[in-house]
Amino acid sequence: MREIDSNEIRKGVRDLTIAAAHDLEPDILEALRGARDRETGELAGNILDLLLVNAEIASRERIPVCQDTGTGILFLELGQEVHIRGDLNDALQEGVRLGYEEGYLRKSVCDPLTRKNTGTNTPAVVHLEMVPGDRLVIRFLPKGCGSENMSSLVMLPPAAGTEGVVQHVIDRVVAAGSNPCPPMIVGVGLGGSFEKAALLAKKALLRPVGVRSDRADVAALEERLLREINARGQGVHGFGGINTALAVHMETFPCHIASLPVAINIQCHAHRHKEIIL
Amino acid sequence: MSLLRGESVFFDNLPEVRLPFTPEALASLKAGQLISLSGTLYTGRDQTHRRLCALLDEGKDLPVDLAGQLLYYVGPSPPRPGRVIGAAGPTTSYRMDSYTPRLLALGLAATMGKGARSAEVRQAMLAHGAVYLAAIGGAGAFLSQCVKKSELVAFGDAGPEALYRFEVENFPAVVINDLDGRDYYALVAAANKKGEG
Repeated sequence: MREIDSNEIRKGVRDLTIAAAHDLEPDILEALRGARDRETGELAGNILDLLLVNAEIASRERIPVCQDTGTGILFLELGQEVHIRGDLNDALQEGVRLGYEEGYLRKSVCDPLTRKNTGTNTPAVVHLEMVPGDRLVIRFLPKGCGSENMSSLVMLPPAAGTEGVVQHVIDRVVAAGSNPCPPMIVGVGLGGSFEKAALLAKKALLRPVGVRSDRADVAALEERLLREINARGQGVHGFGGINTALAVHMETFPCHIASLPVAINIQCHAHRHKEIIL
Repeated sequence: MSLLRGESVFFDNLPEVRLPFTPEALASLKAGQLISLSGTLYTGRDQTHRRLCALLDEGKDLPVDLAGQLLYYVGPSPPRPGRVIGAAGPTTSYRMDSYTPRLLALGLAATMGKGARSAEVRQAMLAHGAVYLAAIGGAGAFLSQCVKKSELVAFGDAGPEALYRFEVENFPAVVINDLDGRDYYALVAAANKKGEG
């Protein structure tokens, strides 16, 4: 049994929220540079240049990459040999509250009915998974809603098959247009159940940008989707060109014989994510 | 003139446009054009729109005369001490669509956000002689530096959703809907369709 103090978790989460808002990770920066190198449109190219400059300014001047510093989404992998001293959930929420306050981040969380802002950007959404071992991995994915609002979940009939899945994903991406700030990352959750598909789609966004699925057939489907989405020519911010999406990540899970759940979680080019291992 | 003062030389020689627009400047804008805005604009997003329209429902005056002005859909992040504003990029415009025709009828000259507008908004823009611009989504840190002054006008309790007056300099934007009824997103989509055919 290994002990982790909840104070350490609180401090870790606070630091993650601030770092995520200001410092893009190498995977997304590399993907944006790659898109810039491939881009042929003048306006789209100018905008990709500007996004790379924006990332530099954000990191250097400590201004958030995007003013929508998101709803806090926390993915935890908790080793079953870990004992947490103190209250885990309090530590996570307090970490988010402190990070948004001390980091000058925008508080965007409100009551769904009254629309009254909670003023703290809490509660954050927490997904906890128990795993073997004695470590705690915390991944933070602040999710802006320009992209989140373009997400969807559909329960297709199994007869729709692979072609049905492909068509649905492309239709949703095309319908999203420039709303989710393309070039986007498309997370697809295939299978499981209603809620499992949605969670898979979001978890797919945690994969380093452009890394293919371990499953060869899924990897091929990811590549096909990326190719077909980019062939539609919506491009950077809907201004045309070959860079509508930077990557398609698909996660799968076995599902009921009567069911084919498909969830799509879209992420903008300001793909902010950070992790710590305690 | 470069918008990226010293950072780089992108966006050279953009047409510079003063805010609020003169009728001539407004009429000169063409869909697909990248322009550089300087001058005064107002901000507002979901809550500000809800409240402005509630005031109109009650027959009350708005806290600001929007005639001839540009309304920018932004919910900035808070400024660090000594700074004017935090990140200040656009939010998605369709959420304002249901409110926009009423504001255009009051003489609002331009709106700015990101993403396409509804058929009703496009029609209202044509009817009232207004344009729609896209700011660069996800460039909040860069755009923060284009905001030289920020002043709360109304609805301060709505936090980032309040109505502010901004003074901006060299703020880049793309003309989406011009006075001739052209829609740049639709033009791009039509060009893609033609390419397929």
